Amino acid sequence: MADVALQPDTVGTAQPARKRSGLQKALKRKSTAAFLMTLPLIVLIALLVLYPAVYSLHLATLNKSMQRFVGLGNFEFLFKRDTFWLVVKQSCIFAITAVLFKALIGFIVAHFVHNIPAKGQRKWRGMLLVPWVIPPAMSTLAWLWLFDPSYSAFNYTLSFFGIGPIPWTGDADWARFSVILVNVWYGAPFFMIMYLASLKSVPEQLYEAAAIDGANWWQRIWYVTLPMMRNIIAITTLFSLIVTFANFDIVRILTAGGPLDHTHIFATWAFRIGIEGSDIPLGASVSLFMVPILAVAAIFILRDVNKRGNEA
Amino acid sequence: MSSVTIDKAAPTRSVKLGSMSRDRKWALRWSYFFLTLFAIFSLLPPIYMLITSLKSSAEISAATNPWWVFHPTLENYVGLLTSNQFLRFFLNSALVSIFVVTITMLISVPAAFALARMRFWGSATLATGVFLTYLIPDSLLFIPLFKVFAQFGDWTGIQLINRWYVLLFIYPTLTVPFCTWIMIGYFASIPKELDEAAIIDGASWFQTLTRIFIPVALPGLIAATIFAFTVSWAQFLYPLVFTTSTDQLVLPVGIITTLIKGDVFNWGQIMTGALLGAAPPLIIYAFLMDYYIAGLTAGATKG
Repeated sequence: MADVALQPDTVGTAQPARKRSGLQKALKRKSTAAFLMTLPLIVLIALLVLYPAVYSLHLATLNKSMQRFVGLGNFEFLFKRDTFWLVVKQSCIFAITAVLFKALIGFIVAHFVHNIPAKGQRKWRGMLLVPWVIPPAMSTLAWLWLFDPSYSAFNYTLSFFGIGPIPWTGDADWARFSVILVNVWYGAPFFMIMYLASLKSVPEQLYEAAAIDGANWWQRIWYVTLPMMRNIIAITTLFSLIVTFANFDIVRILTAGGPLDHTHIFATWAFRIGIEGSDIPLGASVSLFMVPILAVAAIFILRDVNKRGNEA
Repeated sequence: MSSVTIDKAAPTRSVKLGSMSRDRKWALRWSYFFLTLFAIFSLLPPIYMLITSLKSSAEISAATNPWWVFHPTLENYVGLLTSNQFLRFFLNSALVSIFVVTITMLISVPAAFALARMRFWGSATLATGVFLTYLIPDSLLFIPLFKVFAQFGDWTGIQLINRWYVLLFIYPTLTVPFCTWIMIGYFASIPKELDEAAIIDGASWFQTLTRIFIPVALPGLIAATIFAFTVSWAQFLYPLVFTTSTDQLVLPVGIITTLIKGDVFNWGQIMTGALLGAAPPLIIYAFLMDYYIAGLTAGATKG
């Protein structure tokens, strides 16, 4: 980030000033040119991100018909509802468990891919990244069909091992398990590819030195790999935490929040209330609860990004 | 396991001791074993989509082995590819994605260039702002955005809600910050001597961008384009909120709202539709995997 704009303003203004109209001269000036080049970006962010974000704070203080200011009334109402606390709990369980497993599986798989001869790595990497490439709405449909209670492939296969039909999306705990499983399936390749990239940047000499010192593989991971990868692990995990916490498609398609609202997370419940139930202010209030956790994660990521920029 | 013996050139971290190389051989076997397991796990849903898409509905509802196709048929494919509705979804998706990619590149490439090379008042803040915008998820903005666009219709009389092209205004909120962010990175990696020389030779900033930066940073541009495309193709929440008439839907929403009729799931057609919907990103990925991965690791994309 720091090297983004450190070039001192010497070249642009050193241009010989010719006799031209003021407008043309202004266009030639670097700051004007830069402003014009970034203008569409600024307009887009201001109108379609910043304004709606602030507007949603305003929306959250209105009553259902959006005629009357109710202050914190929507929040008071939410705090009194059991479903809200279910959603808070489920959002946290969902995000933390899914990110943990994604990070763990990504780390393990990255090591395996890194282990095998460089020649074959491309093929494996390609196959393992496929879940990340398929639009989640499409792949979740496949999972929904795999989980189907009566004709599902999973229950059919399990019946051979004498394991009775599992109500994958019908029972609260199994439904929680299912949405997390699908999210892990979808997100683990991202961790895999990020960790693989950072594994490749660990100098080989460090491992040789460790091997000469008699370190076993566990010590090599603990004392060499993990410290070298610390930054990328932290940043990838925080990123994923934001996205997983704000996930919508997987839960919406797989369980639509059911059974009995047990798998709703903030995004799906906000959709249910705000769009389907057309109580826009209450829906806005629900989605605002995502802001604190997103902000905390964003602050940490930003600190890390800035630090990296200064080192470069 | 034949590759084990010709592994001399590959990075090997074992010291040349007999026991070590035997350890390594076992480590390699375990690696392949677990990689196979993980690959099966990864490919299970797409393969199952393919298997189901080749079955007739009679075979799907029969209690036969779901992992095998006994009487393969293309009836699901024929059914979908001749249905005007499905083709409409496909066309809508394609139009939205192509336009969004174009808009995104037109906005983000000049902006990234300015932010990477031209220091001006507030440029550092703006770069940080772009990054923060990229962290704001769609699930936070869909309700206020919906209201904003509904109000826009009330004020101007131009209805944008429930028109597929409303998505052209909304998707860039996801794609532009991300593409700008990775393009800043790519542009920053270009040696400063290149553009300094061009400026001294009398090139304008715009010429420097088009003649030098865009050709040199082409891999980054390709990566950003792929991402903008996959993000717009896969987006589900915004079209679900902003479009409802069947002729305005894009593929993911269309498949889910029209192929599921009440509690009746026509799984053969749903899986065929899902596979056809997954095909464009998969095909792009098959050919441009290296750009895709480069963009992923460079931009630390959403995940």
